[in-house]
Amino acid sequence: MYAEQFQKSLKAVEEAREANIAYEPARMTAKEKEDLLAAYHPDYKQDEFEVLQIGPNKGDKVPKELAEMLQAHSRITSGEVDLTNPTYDVDVLIIGGGGAGTSAAIEAHEAGANVMIVTKLRMGDANTMMAEGGIQAADKPNDSPAIHYIDAFGGGHYAAKPELLYKLVNDAPEAIQWLNKLGVEFDKMPDGTMVTTHGGGTSRKRMHACKDYSGAEIMRTLRDEVLNRQIPVVDFTSAIELILDENGKAAGAVLLNMETGDLMVAKAKTVIIATGGAGRMHYQGFPTSNHYGATADGLVLGYRAGAKLLYAETLQYHPTGAAFPEQIFGALVTEKVRSLGAKLVNREGKVFMHPLETRDVSAASIIRECTTRENGVDTGAGLGVWLDTPMIEKIGGEGTIEKRIPAMMRMFGKYGIDIRKEPILVYPTLHYQNGGLDIAQNGMTTQVENLYVAGEAVGGIHGRNRLMGNSLLDIIVFGRNAGQNAAAKAKETTVGALTLSHIDAFDKERAEAGIETDAISPKLLPDYRRSVTELDK
Amino acid sequence: MENMVNIFLFGKKYSVPENLTIMRAMEYAGYQLVRGCGCRNGFCGACATIYRIKGDRELKVCLACQTKVEEGMYIATLPFFPLVKQVFDIEKVKPTDMVMMQLYPEIYACIGCNACTKSCTQGLNVMQYIAYAQRGDFEACAEESFDCVMCGVCSSRCPAGISHPQVAMLARRLNGKYLAPETGHLNDRVKEIKDGTFEELLQNLMQKPIDEMKELYNNREIEK
Repeated sequence: MYAEQFQKSLKAVEEAREANIAYEPARMTAKEKEDLLAAYHPDYKQDEFEVLQIGPNKGDKVPKELAEMLQAHSRITSGEVDLTNPTYDVDVLIIGGGGAGTSAAIEAHEAGANVMIVTKLRMGDANTMMAEGGIQAADKPNDSPAIHYIDAFGGGHYAAKPELLYKLVNDAPEAIQWLNKLGVEFDKMPDGTMVTTHGGGTSRKRMHACKDYSGAEIMRTLRDEVLNRQIPVVDFTSAIELILDENGKAAGAVLLNMETGDLMVAKAKTVIIATGGAGRMHYQGFPTSNHYGATADGLVLGYRAGAKLLYAETLQYHPTGAAFPEQIFGALVTEKVRSLGAKLVNREGKVFMHPLETRDVSAASIIRECTTRENGVDTGAGLGVWLDTPMIEKIGGEGTIEKRIPAMMRMFGKYGIDIRKEPILVYPTLHYQNGGLDIAQNGMTTQVENLYVAGEAVGGIHGRNRLMGNSLLDIIVFGRNAGQNAAAKAKETTVGALTLSHIDAFDKERAEAGIETDAISPKLLPDYRRSVTELDK
Repeated sequence: MENMVNIFLFGKKYSVPENLTIMRAMEYAGYQLVRGCGCRNGFCGACATIYRIKGDRELKVCLACQTKVEEGMYIATLPFFPLVKQVFDIEKVKPTDMVMMQLYPEIYACIGCNACTKSCTQGLNVMQYIAYAQRGDFEACAEESFDCVMCGVCSSRCPAGISHPQVAMLARRLNGKYLAPETGHLNDRVKEIKDGTFEELLQNLMQKPIDEMKELYNNREIEK
């Protein structure tokens, strides 16, 4: 139930509903999209970015908040940790326990490697768990990996690294098959045909889903498999610095027990960074759909050790974050809501865009509707537009919402909003880190040998914008890939003497650049205590 | 001025704005959370919480990130609960009645008290899905338990010592792997890719100049 202040607009939405269902809005032309993005997308706000003065990407611009972390001091000094007596000594060290990290662990274990996972919170506390809508794979007869490639390459503004995108689309069907064989419950017809839908920017219906718990279903299955294989998982332990060997190859990490503050050393023949995204950096003050630990740690670890970033200046703002009620402000409203037929409607009840443009275009369009065009709904805490969910029941029949998007129904239901009968208010939320560490097709960073990266911490797979359903796909494809290759590489690797000298080198570079900062990194967790948030204001 | 309510975190009183979730209220009070906080969106089950409203006998449970504070709320978090997770080999285990008997025999000791269902933070019919598991109906168990976030509150209330979320996890994997119908078009496509069917097409795309890719993208046919 919405309060009085919303009723007038709500009535306009209801009255226009039948006509809006029938109305097929045009898609924007390439030129319209370009102009819209330049004027309204947060990535184009020049004063929110800073040029890096040190490190492998010196001269490149990144979000201000990220620049501070990338150029910050380490949490330790090089002499502070005894590297000669490691607590853990393994073949493959995986940093991060989300979808990419667990996929990598399963494959490395399958290849016979002695593998371990360290994770800052619990295994499964990850953006994977929160991915709702689905996972792409071109496995229907009217589709092909080539069409998938074109969709993703165009949607990413022709910036994806071809060899990475090739791997993403070509390995996609096998990734689905692998998950299915592990027991992931995909939505299927009685004859086994996958139930698939569109996502923004797809030209074929190739979105596979597990209701709207797609990521959760995948994550809990991968987690269960890691536990079945009895792969060691050291939880509530973060990696705070990579360790290199005397030859400059990645050879482990310094670990921090998040509860006791104890430092430990993990020595490894190969290291995989699978630390995920950065939503909790709250770039440009945006709320986020991300989990609590999404603080770009892997980018910081890799950067300080000499690995290059690619497209770190591009972020994805999911067009439909919850704008109301405030208790779920910024929470993800899955794109699947639009895949199932709900359209975006402004304060006057007018459909103002095609509901399935790519995410960057949709986000920019909503921002324009709420700013320049002044057609947003005032929520009391900000602005938003309507996402007319009751359309889904009218199009798909009664019961469609409960069957296909139960999590959304529950999330709003807890605050007295029945999305089957009432529309919801949405506004863009910080959702995904398009950029990240630069890798080759085998998953290894281009600059630091024996350092692999998988999942959201990678840059270049998607280019400058990612399509819905290509992230769950990338964590599986590139997680498995990194696990397999890191295990193989470990077999032929002999680790030299361990060193943290790169910290000193980075300190020297910082001093020479004249940067004065008290910041330390990685950030590990955001701080939402009142004393801190009030200081921010 | 915001309207404030009094809550009791582990018995200690704090005054917090009434519009906050329990999780945000803890942070408002000054807690820097490490345990008991994961996705902050109701999907991960990290923030299982028990509370009782002053003067009320009933013990309530919830996810701290999904529940607003109330006046007189006595709050204790349950950031970890020792569930029993039995190890199995998904390739060797079979979807028969015997599986549950072997791995989770305690489910047959269920006394039907329904405390699990009453305590479910997701509002699931937990006792029902355990009943399905007892009789080897894994498909029904999988469907009934699908929205489980594995927070463990049900198990904390169970007098029979059942680890409901893990029982359901096993049932879902059995159902997904062995009972759900095979996907013919998926198997066909994987084979086509292994046979190199799309290789030339993809290699060709990878070499194309950007302008040609733009043409292809902007004029591609979109399935209705």
